[in-house]
Amino acid sequence: MISREEVEHIARLSRLRFEEDELERLQHGLSAILDYVKTLGELDLDGLEPTAHAVDLKNVLRADEPGVCLSQAAAVANGPVVEAGQFVVPRIG
Amino acid sequence: MSGGMPPRSSMPGAGDGASGEWEVVIGLEIHVQLSTNTKMFCSCPVTFGEEPNTMVCPVCLGHPGTLPVANERAVEYATRIALALGCRIAEHTVFHRKNYFYPDLPKSYQISQFDLPLGLGGRLDVELDDGSLFPVGVTRVHMEEDAGKLVHAGGATGRIHGADYSLVDFNRGGTPLVEVVSEPDMRTPEQARAYLTQLKGLLEHLGVSDVNMEEGSLRCDANVSVRRPGAPLGVKTELKNMNSFRYVQRGLEAEIERQISALEDGETIVQATVHFDPVTGSITTLRSKEEAHDYRYFPEPDLVPIEIDEAYVERVRASVPELPAARRQRFVADYGLPAGDAGILAANRPLGDYFERVAELSGDARLSANWVTGDLSAHLNSTGVGVHESAVTPEALAGLLALLGDGTLSSKLAKDVFQVMLETGRDARAIVDERGLGQISDVVELEGIIAAIVEANPGPTEEFRQGREKVLSFFVGQVMKQTKGQANPKLLNELLRKHLAG
Amino acid sequence: MEVFSLTARACRDLLGSGEASATELVDLYLDQVERVDDRVGAFLLVDREGALAQAAAVDAKPRAERLPWEGVPIALKDLLCVEGMETTCASRILKGYRPPYDATVVAKLRAAGLVLLGKLNMDEFAMGSSTENSSVQLTHNPWDLERVPGGSSGGSAACVAAAEAPWSLGSDTGGSIRQPASLCGVVGMKPTYGAVSRYGLIAFASSLDQIGPLTRDVSDAAALLDIIAGKDPMDSTSVGLPAPIALPTRTDLTGLRFGVIREFLGEACEPGVRRVFDGAVAAIHAAGGVCDELQLPSVEKGLAAYYIIAPAEASSNLARFDGVRFGHRSEGASDLIDMYSRTRSEGFGEEVKRRIMIGTYVLSSGYYDAYYTQAQKTRTLIADDFRRAFGQVDYLISPTSPTVAFRIGERTQDPLAMYLSDLCTIPANLAGLPAISIPAGLSDGLPVGLQIVGPHFSEQGLLEAAYAVEQGLGLSDLPPIAEAAR
Repeated sequence: MISREEVEHIARLSRLRFEEDELERLQHGLSAILDYVKTLGELDLDGLEPTAHAVDLKNVLRADEPGVCLSQAAAVANGPVVEAGQFVVPRIG
Repeated sequence: MSGGMPPRSSMPGAGDGASGEWEVVIGLEIHVQLSTNTKMFCSCPVTFGEEPNTMVCPVCLGHPGTLPVANERAVEYATRIALALGCRIAEHTVFHRKNYFYPDLPKSYQISQFDLPLGLGGRLDVELDDGSLFPVGVTRVHMEEDAGKLVHAGGATGRIHGADYSLVDFNRGGTPLVEVVSEPDMRTPEQARAYLTQLKGLLEHLGVSDVNMEEGSLRCDANVSVRRPGAPLGVKTELKNMNSFRYVQRGLEAEIERQISALEDGETIVQATVHFDPVTGSITTLRSKEEAHDYRYFPEPDLVPIEIDEAYVERVRASVPELPAARRQRFVADYGLPAGDAGILAANRPLGDYFERVAELSGDARLSANWVTGDLSAHLNSTGVGVHESAVTPEALAGLLALLGDGTLSSKLAKDVFQVMLETGRDARAIVDERGLGQISDVVELEGIIAAIVEANPGPTEEFRQGREKVLSFFVGQVMKQTKGQANPKLLNELLRKHLAG
Repeated sequence: MEVFSLTARACRDLLGSGEASATELVDLYLDQVERVDDRVGAFLLVDREGALAQAAAVDAKPRAERLPWEGVPIALKDLLCVEGMETTCASRILKGYRPPYDATVVAKLRAAGLVLLGKLNMDEFAMGSSTENSSVQLTHNPWDLERVPGGSSGGSAACVAAAEAPWSLGSDTGGSIRQPASLCGVVGMKPTYGAVSRYGLIAFASSLDQIGPLTRDVSDAAALLDIIAGKDPMDSTSVGLPAPIALPTRTDLTGLRFGVIREFLGEACEPGVRRVFDGAVAAIHAAGGVCDELQLPSVEKGLAAYYIIAPAEASSNLARFDGVRFGHRSEGASDLIDMYSRTRSEGFGEEVKRRIMIGTYVLSSGYYDAYYTQAQKTRTLIADDFRRAFGQVDYLISPTSPTVAFRIGERTQDPLAMYLSDLCTIPANLAGLPAISIPAGLSDGLPVGLQIVGPHFSEQGLLEAAYAVEQGLGLSDLPPIAEAAR
């Protein structure tokens, strides 16, 4: 069972906020899932390399040649709040 | 933000506290923007000073569905840097995601490298002011992408704290970066500055970056701690935001001073990020975050590993211009240059190239070095002109040196001709001919002049014949006066003696 | 014309012979959408104007100058970016988002002249197995409107089953094409990882996601795969296929060995599903193929590995939805961190948040090795097991889903029960293998799918085998909604 504090910590790292009752449910829900996935511990995985990609590829590189940029208008078109061609974010500090 | 603290009026030498000696431990993390044509993972141009959000595409704006593709040249430049720093190049290197939220980071993760960086275990030999060499270990060299730029608006200061809101421009976002992490091998701010200077020169030499601290193409963070000599490492702080060489040194001095005085007052140092304000000279500690950073690194699934073989390393090695230290040694060994001249010429790649060309054409390396480090450098320095743009080409300078060598010009005249060459861009022979500046080395012509002067001055002639050698200078003066200084001094001396002897 | 009888090939032939214009075809499908979609709920967006304009442009072209598939309609799962067309992943956080670019597959569809009808419902960000996690609407199974269509490509499967489009594209991260195809009685194929570019597919789990076709039959799946496959310079992980895909012709399975994955026939497998599956095995025998049971012990751990890897990658992929550059932003936040938390809490649904939390947890300091590294090693184990199996047999078969379509709401309270829907499909994603689900028959009036899995890049052979089984089964069932429409 993961602790309430861990759930809150993970929520902060994820930039998610939960109501009291949601936290309670999450604590149980996450614990159930984590207990289940932890069954991997039963496997003998010694000596196995981790697989990041199912298909083996390497050295996929792009030539250093410029392509087309978006116009400023297109670049910020989806921005929820925009000023002078830039994205506005609330006070940081 | 906790209170900023101005430095004490009497700054003790770094390392000395009222209660005895402190040892300072500094490691530097240098971020280098690569001067590639395009960004690290998309084909937007790498630029500076363009209108906001005009050098962007869906990829570097982090639009959903977009994917990164690594820039071949960025990998090559990074490999150059790692090789020049003597790192082991990884046979298998992988990009990781470094996850954190910040408005200048479009994907909310930075593609960086973690446990499988490109280069490991290098060294930079830093030359200190006294000429001694000081080795600084290079822990790692890795590739990553730059963030966008934030401008803080509203509020009184235009700075992050107190601003009402901020504006984000992603033109810089995705610019290829190489991070060079040093070992904590530096013990004084001067050493840190010297390391940074040397690294900057090296990067410039490699032709991989503009290395302009003011424009942010070279950025420096420092990890700083102090301890009693022999004690375990103290708690370190990370000093950020130093955008000039001077600030690096001053910032370090201020932070060391702050740490020492805090420890001497019985306080403890808290691991934190600190900022140096060059205006007030004070250090501000950023409030330690409620939660510690947890970047949740994992292998970037949108990219595949890079495997570097020996052939690639050799190809990149061959493309690396000769490093300054090696070049200095070669200049001393091959050309017999004095260490000083060799050092000057090796430290500046274009100047060194210029010198080698002149030496080759003139066949007199020492003389070439004298001129390149002397008159030519003086002119370049005073006018701020690069050696490439100099009005005097290596061929032209070699031409001048030839006239000096065959006695056509005296050293004094050669200097004058050189000035005319700089002003007009014409070659030495043309100037000498036009102005009749060549030395008179014609025996018949000189003998005629000498004969007339000897005849007109029977008294001094007699004195010389009686053994008063000093009178010779009187005759030299007379001949020079008449020839406007163009008489070949050596020949003149010879002929005078012959005539005076009768 | 009877819309339920039309495959994409039939559409192509009607256009080619001049029996139907592109506009008439588009009208036919738009009418069907009009007629049934208030009950099915497959479409999130119908681009009537755009589709008709595209069709008019095709009709204006002389037939001889048209490309083979020009004018055939198609619909897309709403996680494929279409420039200027709202693309939401069925999430509140992307409401109103109009991508500034086309996904590579969309560009390929355009290049082939296909007509885009609109965008299809899905589980939010492709996280789910029933399409109940859409923040917009429910999608109903055309075979029984009280049941789910499966997920996450529920809209893509339901729209083909209900003949609202001749074919569609979906995406498959752990079964999200095959499982809804199975539950809706259509063909769904997940290609080899890397066969189709992911550029413009809004990522759920980058190392597992693949785009693939949902069609009425195997031949259409082959045709659509041929249009969308290919190496893409915009996707570092793309490879393409070794050769163009040809329409399958094989009807005789003599000389082919099929391995029946014993682990997927256990107690989780419903008896009705088992019965239909056994019928498919018999059809393979009848066509000359050999079926042997074999064991793949590691695949049972696939689900656990998947529920570490997929949420971990998703937690990072979904971090970009931060209210700064696109999509929803919460108003009235006091500062940046407040804005982030409010935006994301308002914008994401419950299942998405749950997976972000799991993913963040398994990647966080101190847990990475215990979870993520273990899961990646399990992936290696599974891939090795498959490799060994393909040394003995040509293809592996199992039911696509252990159950038929379940009732709406039946599993929403129990995430683990929902996750079990993907038990049989997940291992192919972990190993990057191509897999296809084809209709194998009905159980109590509900479709059951047969899954066939092949080695990497064996798509042509896999489609040939699937075609032969399809011909052997000779099914022609239509969902009840087809009868109602008559």
